[in-house]
Amino acid sequence: MAKITFITPDNESVTLEAEQGSVMELAVSNNIAGIDGDCGGVCSCATCHVHVAPEDVAKVGAASEIEQDMLELDDNANEYSRLCCQIEISEQLDGVTLTVAG
Amino acid sequence: MNRSEFPDPFEQARQTDGVSTIDDQNDPVTMVLGLKNVRKCAHQWQKFQSGAEAGRIVVPSEVNIRDTRQIPFEVDPPDHGDYRAVVEPWFKRPLEPAYQAQLSDIIGSLIDDVIQQDRVEVVEEFALCLQSRALTLLLNTPFAESDTWISWGTHVFRSEDSALDASKANILYDYIDQQIERAAANPTDDLYSVLLNSDFQGRKLTKEEVKGVMILTFAGGRDTVINAVTNTIAYFAEHPESLRYIQQHPENTGKAVEELVRYFSPLTHMGRVVTEDSQVCQHAAKADSRISLCWASANRDETVFDSPNEVKLDRKVNPHVAFGFSHHNCLGATHARQILQILLTQLAAKVARIDIHDCQENIEDWQQFQRKVGFHSLNVTFTGN
Ligand code: HEM
Ligand code: FES
Repeated sequence: MAKITFITPDNESVTLEAEQGSVMELAVSNNIAGIDGDCGGVCSCATCHVHVAPEDVAKVGAASEIEQDMLELDDNANEYSRLCCQIEISEQLDGVTLTVAG
Repeated sequence: MNRSEFPDPFEQARQTDGVSTIDDQNDPVTMVLGLKNVRKCAHQWQKFQSGAEAGRIVVPSEVNIRDTRQIPFEVDPPDHGDYRAVVEPWFKRPLEPAYQAQLSDIIGSLIDDVIQQDRVEVVEEFALCLQSRALTLLLNTPFAESDTWISWGTHVFRSEDSALDASKANILYDYIDQQIERAAANPTDDLYSVLLNSDFQGRKLTKEEVKGVMILTFAGGRDTVINAVTNTIAYFAEHPESLRYIQQHPENTGKAVEELVRYFSPLTHMGRVVTEDSQVCQHAAKADSRISLCWASANRDETVFDSPNEVKLDRKVNPHVAFGFSHHNCLGATHARQILQILLTQLAAKVARIDIHDCQENIEDWQQFQRKVGFHSLNVTFTGN
């Protein structure tokens, strides 16, 4: 079980629990504002963009090259950016905070 | 086993030069072929603009057959973003359960019908009907309107004899003008009425702007959806095991849709006008010349996709650009994706097999590139489960 906190574009904080699946699926099934997941999680739409809290970067891990190429052309991207359909939920993610890039 | 194969005519040019220039009515187009470059150019709207003379970013160019600017397609930021903000919530309606239930009914009953028939011509009798009936949901217009659209045939803008047929386009333009007048006089809750009443930069949209949105909604969503649906039928006819796979793994339906859209790439490319002397792949792109973003080639880029010419329905990472990329990404993608997801689900549930009798391929002629994009006709028999 992992607890994951989302900070939405209206600065609302929502904490959700899950065991498996991708972070994008968790966010979409709980209607987290700003996470649309249009492509269903295959890394083609960038509508699942989050900024990982700096202290959680090690837990979440780095983006793959394909993901980085997508993020590179996103005007809201920074060093903490991830496409959250590419983050698998596991115990290791427990306690992380993700800010929706919107 | 090769009628559902869609070869990649761009492979060699993509690997050697990364670009290739074709002529179009003396206004040549340099096609950008690799995925990363296509994305970069799509992103750089200041250098590669959409808001040029109306019709010019389309290949073949439509500058001689229309003056109405298509919105938001032929507008650059920042106005583009303001137009998108007006229309985007409406085009997200396909995510609502009620919309999906109605779409399931439309597609389900069409499949029930074709199972009853001995022989079906998929393009006219299945894909065109499906596309037109589904569009009544997107526009929120009466279902009966779809009969009118079906009666126009598959090529509102294009005919067999000439790629650009102004008289056919006029049927659509006249129809849209009438509908806008009707909605202005008697507003309903359809898209025409909603657009006429929308606020844009502190004023209402003009009738000409509403027309620009509606033309695009009809034109952009017609051949693309018809080809995606027809090609999907051809694919499952030759891969019955894939239909059973979807039935057994419904959780992978979304991935399968993305993969089919990547593989078919129903829109081959789209142009941009170069605003300042630039370089694309070490190739000079002069101010006021045209480039195009070749989605179809980018989607077979071997430096990004492994086995790019194979359909892998469970492809996990699939950064395709079949719906475009960046600012102008497809506004109708939510609707198109729902159509295809429901189509796959319903086919898997209702159809045991599909047998192809004969077909006529639709090969686009881009001079040095001959690209199969779909079918002029595809005769099949559907057998129920
Ligand atoms: C499988 C079906 C479809 C495919 C492959 C497709 C593909 C595309 C592509 C590649 C673009 C980008 C064009 C550019 O960058 O210049 C685009 C834009 C667009 N598409 Fe689609 N399309 C599909 C279905 C639809 C449908 C059903 C509609 C509406 C009914 C639609 C409406 C639009 C509009 C309005 C734009 C312009 C968006 C903008 O400029 O901001 N498309 N489409
Ligand atoms: S959901 Fe499309 S890129 Fe993540």
